[in-house]
Amino acid sequence: MTRELWKGNEAIAEAAVRAGLQAYFGYPITPQTEILEYLSRRMPELGRAFVQAESELGAINMVYGAACTGARVMSSSSSPGVSLMMEGLSYIAGTEVPAVLVNVMRGGPGLGNIAPSQADYNQAVHGGGHGDYPRIVLAPASVQEAIDLMGLSFDLAEKYRMIAMVILDGSVGQMMEPAEMPEMKPIVDRKFEWATNGAIDRERRILSSIYIDPPAEEVANLRLGARWQVVQANEVRYKEYFLDDAEIVVVGFGTAGRVALSAVRAARAQGIKVGLLRPITVSPFPYQIIDQLAGRAKAFLVAEMNMGQMLSDVRLAVRGRVPVEFHGRPGGMVPFPDEILREIQRVNSTPLSMTVDPVDGWLARMADVK
Amino acid sequence: MTTPENLVYDRPESFTDTPTHYCPGCTHGVAHRLVAEVLEEMGVTNRTIGVAPVGCAVFAYNYFDTDFVEAPHGRAPAMATGVKRVLPDRVVFTYQGDGDLASIGMGEIVHAAARGENITVIFINNANFGMTGGQMAPTTLPGMKTTSSPNGRDVESQGYPIRMAEMLATLDGVGYCVRRSLHDPKNIRLAKKSIRMAFETQVRGLGFSMVELLSTCPTNWGMTPVQSLKFVEEHMVPAFPLGDYKISDAIKQVKI
Repeated sequence: MTRELWKGNEAIAEAAVRAGLQAYFGYPITPQTEILEYLSRRMPELGRAFVQAESELGAINMVYGAACTGARVMSSSSSPGVSLMMEGLSYIAGTEVPAVLVNVMRGGPGLGNIAPSQADYNQAVHGGGHGDYPRIVLAPASVQEAIDLMGLSFDLAEKYRMIAMVILDGSVGQMMEPAEMPEMKPIVDRKFEWATNGAIDRERRILSSIYIDPPAEEVANLRLGARWQVVQANEVRYKEYFLDDAEIVVVGFGTAGRVALSAVRAARAQGIKVGLLRPITVSPFPYQIIDQLAGRAKAFLVAEMNMGQMLSDVRLAVRGRVPVEFHGRPGGMVPFPDEILREIQRVNSTPLSMTVDPVDGWLARMADVK
Repeated sequence: MTTPENLVYDRPESFTDTPTHYCPGCTHGVAHRLVAEVLEEMGVTNRTIGVAPVGCAVFAYNYFDTDFVEAPHGRAPAMATGVKRVLPDRVVFTYQGDGDLASIGMGEIVHAAARGENITVIFINNANFGMTGGQMAPTTLPGMKTTSSPNGRDVESQGYPIRMAEMLATLDGVGYCVRRSLHDPKNIRLAKKSIRMAFETQVRGLGFSMVELLSTCPTNWGMTPVQSLKFVEEHMVPAFPLGDYKISDAIKQVKI
């Protein structure tokens, strides 16, 4: 295959098609609308299902219905739309059917704006819908990585009968980059033993998230928990850059991680022993590698396009052994490599407090900037 | 058990052996049976996928011997859309109450109908939210007392009942849309025929089909079963007139 110039959102759509997407249900919202538009012409020409739903509520419940039949199905949206889908996500999780949801994140809260953001990290990784449920969350930092993770997201969702979310900020969705598409995969009837596709020559099946008897719901919760342990043990993915001798570890996902890499390279050129850890699965989160790095690094710097959401997970892994500093740009702002470089220089040259909350320290520095 | 020679009435094979959880005198059981009889008569039980609602019929999947999924409150038409679009040769139906369909699920039902989704909707109108204990629904009659309209529905502050069959019949995607009642044997027979026609609409790909069924809720209405049947006849039928609100030309020609 050759490298071609692909826009992030369209690349995601085509990668999903090539991974065997059988049905797409969506609703327009900036900055993800190109996924919907692309699939509105691509899916029908392949004889596959496409519906522009009446709302994100409609879209996610169409996904839910199609997922119950065992079909490869996805939706995509952006932050406010994903909030509307949280009801459906909880039901999908409770019913243990696989589905893929792409969130091209934008600035919030509320209507916010349409600029790139990572402020839905907590919603995707820790919360969102009601009830206890785990979900896989993948965070690409480039168009190529988004392409690669689409196929993986379907495989993981089906393997673990779980939601796989792909979260990227609006800039990855909107930018064009050279990238290589995978080969077109044929649509496969996976003959899931749980799929409700008509009881032809078999006993009937029911798919539901109801366990009206609390002990049975507890069993279901524990089953999801046990499955999550398997995911945590086998599916953690991340990228390491210059970490072998790093004294300062920068942690950033998606675009913030990519910008941080430019800053790390510049700092290396100045002789600062700094490296970057870029989580690709933010759920399951790479606690183990951060735990190991905390044993040998002298400080961490977390860079995010939010108010410090992944920061909590990094601090959980570091467990207070070394200082964890934070630099964020919330509200739809993208950090420049220069600002992260300045933070790396500050962490490298200034005595760091273990008692000041990293968000408090950052807010104080932001006040100086403004 | 030996089958008597003069057997004239039996449990449809599309039913499971599970006793229903419905209150004595409630017409949900009648509606269930009519759907089961139609599925059996059409020979489509093994390729039918039902979509259960949130409401009194939340456990509908326990009673029909077909594949079933269970939708969030009001979202059954969207879920049914998802199922039908990937399995167009299957028979897909939703079974929804008035809180589910006419209140929280208004968006989903209107747009499924507007898209002409080839699904069948069985809509139970008993003028209240049954499962949560009898609160006011969009279909509650003016002046009718419920646990959330204790002085009777005041149309000045709580608005007017919604007539779903009439409303959906305005949409071009609808192939079959009628209102029937379950308050006496004659009307039950008419209801069954309409349920059959609704499923015939679906299997012929003639668009969205819905049968609205006026139903009783003796427990929440605080009436005996007989009183509630009378209430349907005397108060609900005048407010929700029975009739054929839309029958497409193609389905008019179908004789069964």
